[in-house]
Amino acid sequence: MGFTKRPTFRVERDSCRCIDCGVCVRQCANEVHYLDIDTKEVLCDSTNCSNCRRCVELCPTGALAVWGAPQETSGNAAWAVHDIRAIQAQANSGGILLTGMGSDRPMPGYFDRMMLNASQVTNPSIDPLREPMELRTFLGRKPTVLQLDDKGKPVDLPPQLELDVPIMFSAMSFGSISLNAIKSLAAAAESENTYYNTGEGGLHRDLYPFGKNTITQVASGRFGVNIDYLNAGAAIEIKIGQGAKPGIGGHLPGEKVGQGVSETRMIPLGSDAISPAPHHDIYSIEDLTQLIFSLKEATEYTKPISVKIAAVHNVAAIASGIARAGADIIAIDGYRGGTGATPLRIRDHVGIPIELALAAVDSRLRDEGIRQEVSIVVGGSMRHSADVIKAIALGADAVYIATAALISLGCHVCQKCYTGKCNWGIATQNPQLVKRLNPEIGARRAANLLRAWKHELKEMLGGMGINAVESLRGNRLMLRGVGMMDSELRILGIKAAGE
Amino acid sequence: MKRIRIKEEYCIGCRLCEVHCIAAHGKYKNDLIKTFKRDCNRPSPRIVIEEKEDTCFALPCRHCREAFCIRSCLTGSMTRDPETRLVHNEVERCVGCWTCIAACPYGAIVREGRHTKIAAKCDLCGQDPACVKHCPNDAIVYEEVGEDDHYDACNHR
Repeated sequence: MGFTKRPTFRVERDSCRCIDCGVCVRQCANEVHYLDIDTKEVLCDSTNCSNCRRCVELCPTGALAVWGAPQETSGNAAWAVHDIRAIQAQANSGGILLTGMGSDRPMPGYFDRMMLNASQVTNPSIDPLREPMELRTFLGRKPTVLQLDDKGKPVDLPPQLELDVPIMFSAMSFGSISLNAIKSLAAAAESENTYYNTGEGGLHRDLYPFGKNTITQVASGRFGVNIDYLNAGAAIEIKIGQGAKPGIGGHLPGEKVGQGVSETRMIPLGSDAISPAPHHDIYSIEDLTQLIFSLKEATEYTKPISVKIAAVHNVAAIASGIARAGADIIAIDGYRGGTGATPLRIRDHVGIPIELALAAVDSRLRDEGIRQEVSIVVGGSMRHSADVIKAIALGADAVYIATAALISLGCHVCQKCYTGKCNWGIATQNPQLVKRLNPEIGARRAANLLRAWKHELKEMLGGMGINAVESLRGNRLMLRGVGMMDSELRILGIKAAGE
Repeated sequence: MKRIRIKEEYCIGCRLCEVHCIAAHGKYKNDLIKTFKRDCNRPSPRIVIEEKEDTCFALPCRHCREAFCIRSCLTGSMTRDPETRLVHNEVERCVGCWTCIAACPYGAIVREGRHTKIAAKCDLCGQDPACVKHCPNDAIVYEEVGEDDHYDACNHR
């Protein structure tokens, strides 16, 4: 028994406003809009609409709207419509359900239930427009004791990353996103003096000029890893796991491996790029030490080494091991972290919230007296500057943003990245679609986002009477929990509001 | 001297430039809905998207330094403004012989409309081109160019 595919969204065309110009027809890679050859009218069939809203945004007369299709509102309290749909799809295909981006389940968010402090009467707040406000952040191992030479310069200071704003663009590989998207992020990172991350896709030759703002990643597939690649960036990140798919590897289908991706990843044209679930040379913390020090040797101890893991149950103990293994930075990706493609059930059910993981790791490293040995970077759904500042107050040194960065480039979070038909030219390798993202516009918009968040961070810091982000780091007294259980407050290390 | 420059690598072939060009030169200036729904004699777009396989780009008049259209015009209606150096068609003198359309190597001159024979071409919308303003991907830009960058149809570079 087969079911006819029904639309999840309904495209509505206001015929009073539609001028049959056909812009929607030419812009929809899902072929929802079409020109009727008999009547010369532009019509649409919503079946394949992904709600990417490209047509809505480009329609010159505002004639289009996309709604949830009426049949998608059926279901009941026990059997939600997406559960029913998933079973129907699997009954049809017999396969794993794929999806893109971060989890969209209505899980309780902790950031939203933490409130920030502000100064009133007893200590003055600071106006960042009138007084200096420092957001500069250094990532890397800090010495236990600072020794200065005759000229007052620090002796044996481990390599550090210097950021003007404690926000970096998270790992997104060339392959999962387009070269124009990466160029946009690289240029924005350069102009705002922060970093973007290559992901596991290697470094395209056009991106070498952005080397000083690049974090190069070494993942289980080792795609594109060579000595030039390792030396090209400012830091190296060993990717163990990511929040959207902890414990499993990656798979870039062959059709996305075109000339550019093939050369950059150093794999044959059109071949599937498969990242194994584990690194086949890492089965213990000692093995991780070997890889960390191999990379340090290869780059002559000039670059900090980061280790990225997904937030999972024993994250605090794992982070402690990573710190002791010699890493300079630990990147933790929460369960809401995004991706280009992931099995739906893994994305939605594996991992733990980043707020709890971060608090647990920071507390553990402090208790063990090794917090200064590593910097902590967290990612996984940093939606706005308040999330960033709360993460820093919980103990993060900096944050990674990816979904937010892509939204600044045009992404409308339709979660169809895995189809390779991104109408916004982001998660695609189709040259006609890639063209749609002009990296000059993208760089401007992503840099604007960073600048906007920077202003907001300064305002919030000023309100708390703090004039440097360093003074907020791990300062959990600036947070209060609303509507949380005692165990959650204990793990987060914060007091309840009113206490 | 400002001219329209085309960035082929960012043209997405949406044809919004054509749509806005039509409205900008129509009876209901810049009103898209009235132009397309009420004006059955609406003008042709002065900018046209050229498209083949993966390649597309917008093509307006280049205002060539040595313009074939001016040379070929039978009535002298196709002239160059001595001040702005723009090539323009004086509609009162144009007889609609279409020699300019045949002569233009870029195909940038069009018939004014379905019911009007005279030739029409890009006039840069009085220094504020509608196509540039509405291009969603900055694939058409309006910028200062030097005398040397001036296109020359006779001496194609």
